[in-house]
Amino acid sequence: MKLNEIKDILKCDILTENQDVSHVEVNTVMASDGMSEILAFSHPGSLMITGLTNIQSVRTADVADAKAIIYIRGKLPNEKTIALAWQKGIHVMATKLGMFDVCGILREHGMKGAM
Amino acid sequence: MAEELFKKVFTVHGGNFDRAGESSTEIKDKLKDLNIDANLVRRAVVIAFEAEMNVVMYANVGTMNFIITDEEICLEISDEGPGIADIEQAMQEGFSTASDEMREMGFGFGMGLPNIKKNSDFLKIESDVGKGTRVFARIRLNTDD
Repeated sequence: MKLNEIKDILKCDILTENQDVSHVEVNTVMASDGMSEILAFSHPGSLMITGLTNIQSVRTADVADAKAIIYIRGKLPNEKTIALAWQKGIHVMATKLGMFDVCGILREHGMKGAM
Repeated sequence: MAEELFKKVFTVHGGNFDRAGESSTEIKDKLKDLNIDANLVRRAVVIAFEAEMNVVMYANVGTMNFIITDEEICLEISDEGPGIADIEQAMQEGFSTASDEMREMGFGFGMGLPNIKKNSDFLKIESDVGKGTRVFARIRLNTDD
Protein backbone atom coordinates (compact mmCIF):
# COMPACT_ATOMS: atom_id res chain seq x y z
CA MET A 1 0.00 0.00 0.00
CA LYS A 2 1.33 3.45 -0.87
CA LEU A 3 2.24 5.69 2.05
CA ASN A 4 0.22 8.61 0.69
CA GLU A 5 -2.91 6.39 0.69
CA ILE A 6 -2.19 5.48 4.32
CA LYS A 7 -1.74 9.18 5.07
CA ASP A 8 -5.23 9.88 3.71
CA ILE A 9 -7.13 7.03 5.38
CA LEU A 10 -5.53 7.69 8.80
CA LYS A 11 -5.76 11.50 8.38
CA CYS A 12 -2.03 11.86 9.03
CA ASP A 13 0.19 14.90 8.99
CA ILE A 14 3.61 14.40 7.42
CA LEU A 15 6.27 15.53 9.91
CA THR A 16 9.31 15.04 7.69
CA GLU A 17 8.37 17.95 5.46
CA ASN A 18 9.22 18.03 1.76
CA GLN A 19 9.52 14.25 1.65
CA ASP A 20 7.55 12.75 -1.22
CA VAL A 21 5.69 9.73 0.14
CA SER A 22 3.78 8.95 -3.06
CA HIS A 23 6.35 6.39 -4.24
CA VAL A 24 6.85 4.67 -0.86
CA GLU A 25 5.14 1.29 -0.58
CA VAL A 26 4.70 -0.70 2.65
CA ASN A 27 2.85 -3.97 3.15
CA THR A 28 3.76 -5.00 6.68
CA VAL A 29 3.15 -3.27 10.01
CA MET A 30 5.03 -3.43 13.32
CA ALA A 31 2.89 -1.87 16.06
CA SER A 32 4.00 -1.43 19.66
CA ASP A 33 5.04 1.11 22.28
CA GLY A 34 7.77 -1.32 23.37
CA MET A 35 10.89 -0.92 21.28
CA SER A 36 12.23 -4.40 22.01
CA GLU A 37 8.87 -5.80 20.84
CA ILE A 38 9.46 -4.05 17.51
CA LEU A 39 12.99 -5.46 17.31
CA ALA A 40 11.84 -8.97 18.26
CA PHE A 41 9.50 -9.15 15.26
CA SER A 42 11.10 -6.67 12.90
CA HIS A 43 10.44 -7.02 9.20
CA PRO A 44 12.57 -4.97 6.78
CA GLY A 45 10.69 -2.32 4.84
CA SER A 46 7.78 -2.23 7.31
CA LEU A 47 5.65 0.59 8.64
CA MET A 48 6.16 1.15 12.38
CA ILE A 49 3.18 2.33 14.47
CA THR A 50 3.93 3.62 17.95
CA GLY A 51 2.88 6.04 20.67
CA LEU A 52 6.48 6.44 21.81
CA THR A 53 7.79 9.74 20.48
CA ASN A 54 11.33 9.94 21.88
CA ILE A 55 14.51 9.69 19.81
CA GLN A 56 14.76 5.96 20.56
CA SER A 57 11.68 5.39 18.41
CA VAL A 58 13.64 6.55 15.35
CA ARG A 59 16.74 4.61 16.36
CA THR A 60 14.59 1.48 16.74
CA ALA A 61 12.99 2.07 13.33
CA ASP A 62 16.47 2.43 11.85
CA VAL A 63 17.72 -0.80 13.48
CA ALA A 64 14.57 -2.59 12.27
CA ASP A 65 15.00 -1.17 8.74
CA ALA A 66 11.51 0.38 8.85
CA LYS A 67 10.54 2.63 5.95
CA ALA A 68 8.21 4.86 7.93
CA ILE A 69 6.83 5.66 11.38
CA ILE A 70 3.31 6.76 12.27
CA TYR A 71 2.96 8.31 15.72
CA ILE A 72 -0.51 7.76 17.18
CA ARG A 73 -2.87 9.36 19.73
CA GLY A 74 -1.92 12.86 18.55
CA LYS A 75 1.53 12.62 20.12
CA LEU A 76 4.32 14.47 18.35
CA PRO A 77 8.09 13.89 18.47
CA ASN A 78 10.44 16.82 19.05
CA GLU A 79 12.48 18.48 16.28
CA LYS A 80 15.64 16.52 17.12
CA THR A 81 13.77 13.23 16.66
CA ILE A 82 12.27 14.36 13.35
CA ALA A 83 15.71 15.53 12.19
CA LEU A 84 17.22 12.11 12.91
CA ALA A 85 14.41 10.44 10.96
CA TRP A 86 15.09 12.77 8.03
CA GLN A 87 18.81 11.95 8.22
CA LYS A 88 18.06 8.21 8.22
CA GLY A 89 15.62 8.49 5.33
CA ILE A 90 12.69 7.34 7.46
CA HIS A 91 9.33 8.95 6.65
CA VAL A 92 7.46 10.23 9.71
CA MET A 93 3.73 10.96 10.04
CA ALA A 94 1.32 11.53 12.94
CA THR A 95 -2.36 10.77 13.43
CA LYS A 96 -4.82 11.58 16.20
CA LEU A 97 -6.25 8.04 16.03
CA GLY A 98 -5.36 5.45 18.67
CA MET A 99 -3.51 2.17 18.24
CA PHE A 100 -6.65 0.02 17.99
CA ASP A 101 -8.23 2.11 15.27
CA VAL A 102 -5.00 2.58 13.30
CA CYS A 103 -4.28 -1.16 13.25
CA GLY A 104 -7.91 -2.00 12.47
CA ILE A 105 -8.11 0.40 9.55
CA LEU A 106 -4.81 -0.78 8.09
CA ARG A 107 -5.89 -4.41 8.42
CA GLU A 108 -9.14 -3.64 6.62
CA HIS A 109 -7.03 -2.27 3.78
CA GLY A 110 -5.00 -5.46 3.46
CA MET A 111 -1.93 -4.61 5.50
CA LYS A 112 -0.32 -7.53 7.39
CA GLY A 113 1.27 -7.68 10.82
CA ALA A 114 4.99 -8.41 11.10
CA MET A 115 4.55 -10.53 14.23
CA MET B 1 43.37 -17.66 11.56
CA ALA B 2 40.67 -15.05 11.08
CA GLU B 3 41.73 -11.74 9.59
CA GLU B 4 40.60 -8.67 11.52
CA LEU B 5 38.88 -6.17 9.22
CA PHE B 6 37.83 -3.49 11.70
CA LYS B 7 37.87 -2.84 15.41
CA LYS B 8 36.48 -0.05 17.56
CA VAL B 9 35.76 0.46 21.25
CA PHE B 10 32.78 2.65 22.17
CA THR B 11 32.15 4.18 25.58
CA VAL B 12 28.50 4.05 26.66
CA HIS B 13 27.34 6.42 29.39
CA GLY B 14 24.66 5.25 31.80
CA GLY B 15 21.55 7.43 32.01
CA ASN B 16 22.22 9.31 28.77
CA PHE B 17 19.03 8.45 26.87
CA ASP B 18 19.51 11.19 24.28
CA ARG B 19 22.72 9.64 22.94
CA ALA B 20 21.71 6.02 23.55
CA GLY B 21 21.94 4.10 20.31
CA GLU B 22 24.58 6.26 18.65
CA SER B 23 27.25 3.54 18.91
CA SER B 24 24.90 0.97 17.38
CA THR B 25 24.11 3.37 14.53
CA GLU B 26 27.84 3.73 13.83
CA ILE B 27 28.22 -0.05 13.87
CA LYS B 28 25.37 -0.37 11.37
CA ASP B 29 26.97 2.18 9.04
CA LYS B 30 30.33 0.38 9.21
CA LEU B 31 28.81 -3.05 8.50
CA LYS B 32 26.93 -1.61 5.52
CA ASP B 33 30.16 -0.02 4.25
CA LEU B 34 31.77 -3.46 4.39
CA ASN B 35 28.89 -4.88 2.27
CA ILE B 36 27.83 -7.35 4.94
CA ASP B 37 24.54 -9.14 4.19
CA ALA B 38 21.57 -6.98 5.30
CA ASN B 39 20.08 -9.71 7.51
CA LEU B 40 23.39 -10.18 9.35
CA VAL B 41 23.69 -6.39 9.75
CA ARG B 42 20.21 -6.23 11.29
CA ARG B 43 20.98 -9.10 13.69
CA ALA B 44 24.26 -7.50 14.80
CA VAL B 45 22.70 -4.08 15.27
CA VAL B 46 19.79 -5.49 17.30
CA ILE B 47 22.35 -7.09 19.63
CA ALA B 48 24.39 -3.87 19.84
CA PHE B 49 21.34 -1.64 20.38
CA GLU B 50 19.74 -3.83 23.06
CA ALA B 51 23.06 -4.19 24.88
CA GLU B 52 23.73 -0.45 24.60
CA MET B 53 20.27 0.34 25.99
CA ASN B 54 20.86 -2.07 28.91
CA VAL B 55 24.03 -0.16 29.81
CA VAL B 56 22.25 3.20 29.50
CA MET B 57 19.32 2.01 31.63
CA TYR B 58 21.09 0.10 34.38
CA ALA B 59 24.82 0.88 34.55
CA ASN B 60 27.03 3.85 35.38
CA VAL B 61 29.29 3.38 32.37
CA GLY B 62 30.21 0.67 29.90
CA THR B 63 32.27 -0.17 26.86
CA MET B 64 31.22 -1.86 23.64
CA ASN B 65 34.02 -3.60 21.81
CA PHE B 66 33.11 -4.16 18.15
CA ILE B 67 35.35 -6.41 16.07
CA ILE B 68 34.70 -7.70 12.59
CA THR B 69 36.86 -10.37 11.02
CA ASP B 70 36.52 -12.20 7.73
CA GLU B 71 34.71 -14.95 9.70
CA GLU B 72 32.49 -13.25 12.27
CA ILE B 73 31.08 -10.14 13.93
CA CYS B 74 32.04 -9.92 17.62
CA LEU B 75 30.40 -7.66 20.18
CA GLU B 76 31.70 -7.54 23.74
CA ILE B 77 29.83 -5.25 26.11
CA SER B 78 31.12 -4.70 29.66
CA ASP B 79 29.54 -2.41 32.21
CA GLU B 80 30.02 -1.12 35.71
CA GLY B 81 26.57 -1.56 37.14
CA PRO B 82 24.36 -3.54 39.50
CA GLY B 83 24.96 -6.88 37.75
CA ILE B 84 22.40 -9.64 37.21
CA ALA B 85 21.63 -11.93 40.15
CA ASP B 86 19.99 -14.71 38.13
CA ILE B 87 21.02 -14.72 34.46
CA GLU B 88 18.74 -17.67 33.57
CA GLN B 89 15.73 -15.77 34.91
CA ALA B 90 16.83 -12.57 33.11
CA MET B 91 16.92 -14.48 29.81
CA GLN B 92 13.20 -15.33 30.03
CA GLU B 93 10.91 -13.27 27.80
CA GLY B 94 8.86 -10.86 29.89
CA PHE B 95 11.08 -10.91 32.98
CA SER B 96 12.12 -7.37 33.85
CA THR B 97 13.45 -5.31 36.72
CA ALA B 98 12.94 -2.05 34.83
CA SER B 99 11.53 1.07 36.46
CA ASP B 100 8.44 2.90 35.20
CA GLU B 101 10.78 5.61 33.84
CA MET B 102 12.62 3.00 31.71
CA ARG B 103 9.30 1.66 30.38
CA GLU B 104 8.22 5.19 29.49
CA MET B 105 11.36 5.31 27.31
CA GLY B 106 10.02 2.26 25.43
CA PHE B 107 12.34 -0.31 27.00
CA GLY B 108 12.33 -2.67 29.98
CA PHE B 109 9.58 -5.06 28.86
CA GLY B 110 11.74 -8.14 29.31
CA MET B 111 12.67 -8.61 25.66
CA GLY B 112 16.21 -7.17 25.58
CA LEU B 113 18.31 -10.18 26.57
CA PRO B 114 16.02 -12.63 24.67
CA ASN B 115 16.48 -10.45 21.56
CA ILE B 116 20.26 -10.58 22.04
CA LYS B 117 20.12 -14.38 22.38
CA LYS B 118 17.82 -14.80 19.38
CA ASN B 119 20.19 -12.88 17.11
CA SER B 120 23.48 -14.40 18.30
CA ASP B 121 25.17 -17.54 16.99
CA PHE B 122 27.23 -17.61 20.19
CA LEU B 123 26.36 -15.84 23.44
CA LYS B 124 27.98 -15.78 26.86
CA ILE B 125 26.88 -13.56 29.74
CA GLU B 126 28.89 -13.16 32.93
CA SER B 127 27.83 -11.00 35.83
CA ASP B 128 28.96 -10.05 39.34
CA VAL B 129 26.26 -8.53 41.51
CA GLY B 130 27.28 -5.05 42.60
CA LYS B 131 30.11 -4.88 40.05
CA GLY B 132 28.84 -5.31 36.52
CA THR B 133 27.96 -7.47 33.53
CA ARG B 134 29.86 -8.70 30.47
CA VAL B 135 28.09 -9.84 27.30
CA PHE B 136 29.99 -11.69 24.55
CA ALA B 137 28.03 -12.17 21.32
CA ARG B 138 29.14 -13.44 17.94
CA ILE B 139 27.54 -13.82 14.54
CA ARG B 140 29.11 -16.02 11.88
CA LEU B 141 29.48 -14.35 8.50
CA ASN B 142 29.50 -17.62 6.61
CA THR B 143 26.06 -19.09 7.28
CA ASP B 144 27.01 -22.35 5.51
CA ASP B 145 29.23 -23.38 8.45
